[in-house]
Amino acid sequence: MAFMDSHKKLEKNASLLLVFSFVVVTIGGIVEIAPLFYLDNTIEEVDGVRPYSPLELAGRDVYIREGCYVCHSQMVRPFRDEVERYGTYSLAAESMYDRPFQWGSKRTGPDLARVGGRYSNAWHVQHLIDPQSVVPESIMPKYGFLLDRDLEPEMIADNLKANQMLGVPYCDEMIELAAADMADQADPNADWEGVLTRYPKAVTGDFDGDPDRLTEMDALVAYLQMLGTLVDFTTYRADAEENLR
Amino acid sequence: MKHAAQVIAVAAAAILALFGAAFGRDELFQAHAWILFFVLALAGYLLLQRKTSEDAALIPLKDGEGGATAYMDGPIRYGAVATMFWGIVGFLVGVVIAVQLAWPQFNFEPYLNFGRLRPLHTSAVIFAFGGNALLCTSFWVVQRTCRQRLFGGDLVWFVFWGYQLFIVLAATGYLLGVTQSKEYAEPEWYVDLWLTIVWVAYLVVFFGTLLTRREPHIYVANWFYLSFIITIAMLHVVNNLAIPVSLLGSKSYSAFAGVQDALTQWWYGHNAVGFFLTAGFLGMMYYFMPKQAERPVYSYRLSIVHFWSLIFLYIWAGPHHLHYTALPDWAQTLGMVFSIMLWMPSWGGMINGLMTLAGAWDKVRTDPLIRMMVIALAFYGMSTFEGPMMSIKTVNSLSHYTDWTIGHVHSGALGWVGMISFAAIYFLVPRLWGRRRLYSLRMVNWHFWLATLGIVVYAAVMWVSGITQGLMWREYDAEGFLVYSFAETVAAMHPYYALRVFGGLLYLLGALIMAYNLYQTIRGRERQERPLVTTATAAQPAE
Repeated sequence: MAFMDSHKKLEKNASLLLVFSFVVVTIGGIVEIAPLFYLDNTIEEVDGVRPYSPLELAGRDVYIREGCYVCHSQMVRPFRDEVERYGTYSLAAESMYDRPFQWGSKRTGPDLARVGGRYSNAWHVQHLIDPQSVVPESIMPKYGFLLDRDLEPEMIADNLKANQMLGVPYCDEMIELAAADMADQADPNADWEGVLTRYPKAVTGDFDGDPDRLTEMDALVAYLQMLGTLVDFTTYRADAEENLR
Repeated sequence: MKHAAQVIAVAAAAILALFGAAFGRDELFQAHAWILFFVLALAGYLLLQRKTSEDAALIPLKDGEGGATAYMDGPIRYGAVATMFWGIVGFLVGVVIAVQLAWPQFNFEPYLNFGRLRPLHTSAVIFAFGGNALLCTSFWVVQRTCRQRLFGGDLVWFVFWGYQLFIVLAATGYLLGVTQSKEYAEPEWYVDLWLTIVWVAYLVVFFGTLLTRREPHIYVANWFYLSFIITIAMLHVVNNLAIPVSLLGSKSYSAFAGVQDALTQWWYGHNAVGFFLTAGFLGMMYYFMPKQAERPVYSYRLSIVHFWSLIFLYIWAGPHHLHYTALPDWAQTLGMVFSIMLWMPSWGGMINGLMTLAGAWDKVRTDPLIRMMVIALAFYGMSTFEGPMMSIKTVNSLSHYTDWTIGHVHSGALGWVGMISFAAIYFLVPRLWGRRRLYSLRMVNWHFWLATLGIVVYAAVMWVSGITQGLMWREYDAEGFLVYSFAETVAAMHPYYALRVFGGLLYLLGALIMAYNLYQTIRGRERQERPLVTTATAAQPAE
């Protein structure tokens, strides 16, 4: 009963019990999580993934604020039915700038990882105003109020800067022009050259049906329209040596 | 003035909140600061009204040597009431969002949409109801098993009220839209910082009491409570690492991104289950079960083995929330293997609890509190078998993203956490208020059956809906086409979602009966009622 006797020391010394149990609970996390930060093969190297444009980032913040993640996943698993239903399975690289990640845990509604480009802007706006009007079976709440909420430009540069501090490759020019880029991307009369140089493949033009006003609806739809569109899967080779994991 | 220091601290904090409301850089932060200001103003007013900080009824220690002469039970009384209050809030919001899923017209944009109410439900049940149950029972248990008054004096009150403030800020934040979208860790950076301060104070109180104990041996319940407190501290701090956009703004961005953020979150998320909802409540079980059964814990050696293996293995189980995602395969497999191993220590706890009744099984028939504890352990055993099974990758490929997960969580939360907490609170309330007995044991019996029936309906309905939807998603026809559109699978869920509302209502009704029963008990009333078991049968000796 040597084991039981030595355990008696822990049962009679609170500090020892505290230290010992703390050490025991740290091990799992150290072994599982820490390697993800330095193992090169955790995230594939793919072309096309870029930081979110200011308008997309603002839309993503609306998506987070409204708790969309509680019903929609953004992670297509590598199964035949999911790939046929939603598109190519999700790559780790595609969420490398997601702070925090939006993979979700429940599909009360469909996966949104590749919803970008699947529906028109007008469909999205109508669907957000009254989901049951376009999908009668839907149980989604209404989000028409986003049309009435102006997108405030004050914070967007600071939002980019916070991401920059965390290592997202926003350059100083992007931060400086953040508010202007945000407005231009949703303005059908703007010159989009700058936005598209800084954020290739960004979807431009009016989103919410009111070209004169920049609303949270513009931002959310711009975000939805780019989801899953950045990587060109006609050139991506899953079986290439650098992508084997 | 009796509470000069406290009043000044609250007033200073209220002024800071006013500054936040005036200079906040976004409207959400301003709104949140206003809420904080009004809560603090109310707190200051109540402090000024309060007549004395001494406990209304002091319960003396058995041997009164040393300075401390009595257990500090005031915060436990408040904690018992808070547990009941937040429990009803959490269950009620649960019923509301269940109604929304069955009939979406009950969403009211923007504040009462499902996306904002769902975190309110999960946090209210886990952190407000479960958290207050853990706070108040741990304060009771650590004092009795250490034969010592709580360490820290007024710090205990700070822990209690600080924790309530955390709950109020988190809950109002969700409705406003202040969230960082990490499940069960939704509060934003400033609320997280506040919780960190409160939690460290909790650790000081609990650990200080352990250090000053007058009993040479640390009772097993305290091992579980202690590991729960330090592990939650670790998980909370690491998972919520973030950079705020502005010190006067509500928004922050996570320190981790994508795949690393996902695993950090589920390392946190699964161990919120493992340590908040399991280890802490096992501590509760290890005290109240032997107490109520008047039997010693079944096996001392089993409690040692299952304690250490439980806390070691749980931490590894997080990746089973990320099967077949972009998380590297090695991490998924590791998470699955450890999740399956976790079955054993989990059942170690169940066996140790159930076998404590060895020689006293008749109490399951005669004592509704024992019956609640037994059904709690039965649901604990069931869900800790179901969990490892769902963590097997092939099973998970079907169950993940469906209501099966929701059903699993609820058999654990309603069955295990809810039932063991109800039993502990029923045990505590007459003792805390110096009453001879509960107002009504028959009402406890009603509560037991309503809650049990509610859980069975809920879990069964979610199994059917989850497996149905999982199978519909992957159904192919003879030509090799997917049979169902997503919208069709949503429509197929409607009858189950309606039935779930019924299950939730039963559970809520049980809790309302409990609240009434406790209210009458506190008032000192005793219901004249026929005994649950006639004396002739009750007098028969146990085998």
